[in-house]
Amino acid sequence: MGNVIGIGAAPKRKEDQRFLTGRGNYVSDIKRPGMTAGVFVRSPHGHAVLRGIDKTAALALPGVIAVLTGDDVKADGLGSLPCGWGISDAKGVPMKEPPFPMLAQGKVRFVGDMVAFVIAETPEQAEAAAELLAVDYEVLPSVVGVLEAVRPGAPQLFDDVPNNICCDWELGDKAAVETAFRKAAHVAKLSLVNNRLIGNPMEPRAAIAEYEPGTDRFTLWTTSQFPHVVRFLMGALVLNIPQHKLRVVAPDVGGGFGVKQFHYGEEAVITWAAKRVKRPVKWVASRSEGYVSDRHGRDHVTEAELALDETGKFLAFRVNTLANMGGYLSTFGPNIPTNLYAPLLGGVYTTPAIYCNVKVVFTNTVPVDAYRGAGRPEATFVLERMVDVAASEMGIDRVEIRRRNMIPKEAYPYQTPVLVQYDSGDPMGCLDGALVAADVKNFGIRKAASASKGKFRGLGYSTYVEACGLAPSRFAGRLGARGGLYESATVRVHPTGQVTVMIGTHNHGQGHETTFAQIVSEKLGVAFENVDIVFGDTDRVQFGMGTYGSRSLVVGGAALSKATDKVIVKGKKIAAHLLEAAEVDIQFEAGKFSVAGTDRVKTFEEIAGAAYVPHNYPLEVLEPGLEEQAYYDPVNFTYPGGCHIAEVEVDPETGTVTLVNYTAVDDVGTVINPMIVEGQLHGGIVQGVGQALFENAVYDEGSGQLLSGSLMDYCMPRADHMPMMKVATHSTLCTHTPMGVKGCGEVGTIGSPAAVINAVVDALSHLGVTHVDMPATPNRIWRLLQNASLPVAAE
Amino acid sequence: MQISFTLNGRPTIVDVEPATLVAELLREQLHLTGTHIGCDTSQCGACVVHLDGLPVKSCTLLAPALDGATLLTIEGLQGAPGSNRMHPMQEAFREHHGLQCGFCTPGMLMTAVALATEKPDLTEADVRHGLEGNICRCTGYQNIIVSVMAGAAAMSAAKGE
Repeated sequence: MGNVIGIGAAPKRKEDQRFLTGRGNYVSDIKRPGMTAGVFVRSPHGHAVLRGIDKTAALALPGVIAVLTGDDVKADGLGSLPCGWGISDAKGVPMKEPPFPMLAQGKVRFVGDMVAFVIAETPEQAEAAAELLAVDYEVLPSVVGVLEAVRPGAPQLFDDVPNNICCDWELGDKAAVETAFRKAAHVAKLSLVNNRLIGNPMEPRAAIAEYEPGTDRFTLWTTSQFPHVVRFLMGALVLNIPQHKLRVVAPDVGGGFGVKQFHYGEEAVITWAAKRVKRPVKWVASRSEGYVSDRHGRDHVTEAELALDETGKFLAFRVNTLANMGGYLSTFGPNIPTNLYAPLLGGVYTTPAIYCNVKVVFTNTVPVDAYRGAGRPEATFVLERMVDVAASEMGIDRVEIRRRNMIPKEAYPYQTPVLVQYDSGDPMGCLDGALVAADVKNFGIRKAASASKGKFRGLGYSTYVEACGLAPSRFAGRLGARGGLYESATVRVHPTGQVTVMIGTHNHGQGHETTFAQIVSEKLGVAFENVDIVFGDTDRVQFGMGTYGSRSLVVGGAALSKATDKVIVKGKKIAAHLLEAAEVDIQFEAGKFSVAGTDRVKTFEEIAGAAYVPHNYPLEVLEPGLEEQAYYDPVNFTYPGGCHIAEVEVDPETGTVTLVNYTAVDDVGTVINPMIVEGQLHGGIVQGVGQALFENAVYDEGSGQLLSGSLMDYCMPRADHMPMMKVATHSTLCTHTPMGVKGCGEVGTIGSPAAVINAVVDALSHLGVTHVDMPATPNRIWRLLQNASLPVAAE
Repeated sequence: MQISFTLNGRPTIVDVEPATLVAELLREQLHLTGTHIGCDTSQCGACVVHLDGLPVKSCTLLAPALDGATLLTIEGLQGAPGSNRMHPMQEAFREHHGLQCGFCTPGMLMTAVALATEKPDLTEADVRHGLEGNICRCTGYQNIIVSVMAGAAAMSAAKGE
């Protein structure tokens, strides 16, 4: 029998065996008897009227089974893809919410918009038929940038959305901010772009659907972070399939990062098609197909102003942002640049007045939605760039200005002027830890060494706080959420004492099978190897909202903790009966129920056995069995935070930025498995570094073509882009989650872009450079140096 | 056409369409789904296998090229079929948390084993350079680098035994 491995330990992961040996079970690995192949025909135009589709030639090809279009969707009376959040403007006027049909109707609005689905015996036959499908387009001018989209005379995506503005949203006390600006000793200003990103989980999206006429049941296997939500949105709102007749399975999923937390049209089309053709249908996206159909992330244009007094104290912060939504509203779309952005503009500072206006804008691009960090990296980038600009203009050291404005540890819980109340934190502690770990005091020596090689070295700081553990349902409901954001867990104790957990979160790299087993092992005193975690199947797991927003441990782990507590409560009742003692006298510790002050003991296994073989059992007052379920709805968000320090070297000959050192000290609350937390931090940081230095989704204005349409054109971080990172935790405990956890999935991505760009600007500041937009590619830096260096050289 | 080759130590004869890619042959015809397809431009490296001992991207190799060759996939890395003992590189990835979602992992392992076979005393820079053709989105590469160096050392030690 194995050992208890509990909270704080770092066992090797349970999930690794199958992945290391090539025995994972991803959607594209699954085959069903009689399976057919589906291919989506997508718009090659950014914006066009869809005049007609002639299926004749495609249907005539051998092996072709069906061709489905938007007209077929309409004829079957199906719904359109729902948006999960409804935001409103300052006057309470709801956002414009044009329908998002699962196959285009009347018009196409981005390159990649789906116009038809071709089903054939083999993928090759389906591809060939898709090539022959005659689609008649009347091409219209496209608009892809937010600044262009709101200009008078811009192409209009929807007849009833004037100026392409979905919602003119705001948060904060505008008047208080204006007053503070009038009294300011200094006002710093900054215009910036938050670049558009493509999430790129390594597994491309895929789906298989099957319909069983004998039971009138559908099964959809899909690469999803939230199978229950797909079942609800697709079954109830799109296809009119009763929930009990629809099973959604998300088996092993090869990375998500947000890209797989939406209900996609492909899922609805393929499920609908499986019944129409009465055979299983499989679709697997190519990487390039993913580029024009996976929801993109970020894409903001922002003007920010910070008002300061003469000592550098922040008086007020004003932010105006144009946020790109793409061609339609995706599942969380309008929530990301509003509710998950503006409330974080306070950061770790005591800024008393904040106002943010966000214009949410439609363009002829792939719909934009959550991508790792989702709104919070954008807020952190604006704020932390702004702080550096202000420090530079006022001649205050960048660390010192942060210290002067930081929320002291004693001031928590801290109410910000933008809705959220931070429960705990120690930003100064994180900063101090990071300064030491990054060896900042010897930076001058390293800078001189770089200079002697003709390189410019820079150091960049970023502090941050995020709101995660999505989310308190009541609070989210007030902000426009159309669903709950609790989580659920079932703890099934088997008659022999082993445990199976059914949980509503989804594991796609985060190590839940290990972390959650540690929680159960610790709480129930059961051997780690005797706990298995089940997720990702609506027929096996009761319910759940899935994995995103660093919520799995915070919300799902809390539900699991509650359910194990219920098991202990019931176990005590059984033990009291067997040990002939009062329930209040039963103690549970290290897997044993005992009568306080005696040596009378029942093991966890004995109690489990008694629960399922209830011969000597209080059946009059207690049900047999030992299985408990809990739902947990958090009372607040959690607020991880920290300080990141990046060090870069710029080669002025080529403009190449090399990240030479990276240090992060993060407050993620209680750490269940330090190995897994470190891995999450590493991965998150590199995704943020990717945004800062490499990644950029670029559209051609006018044609609406995606220019960065493959891995050849979109630069992903590679192994040789990175130095060894130093990561550490400096934790304060969350005051309202059962285990004090805060979440760690997104912190790296939130803290890193500002740290890296602040370092790049620092490296170039002697040339008068005050801002660099992301990504800081060699091309961009080299051009900047060409423009900047002439006057400096003349000095 | 019919081709014959050695697959994970076993003589194998299959009928294939000449235009079939090795990755498709493995996944669709031979039901070896450990070799993954993560892109369509030979960039990601999730499909790396060993052809006559050298790492190749099986998504850009046509099946007829296998005729008479020896092919090793992730499913054969453990050694004897049914063996529970993992390859030292697999053990190193588990020990050092060199994987998260697992999708890039088979390709990473196959590349890593090839790197370590070619140069047993790998430096960090060697590994970073050597993994340039394998993309991982989860780990930030750090624990992969640590794993590959540890796995290479374990492979050397095992050889010396």
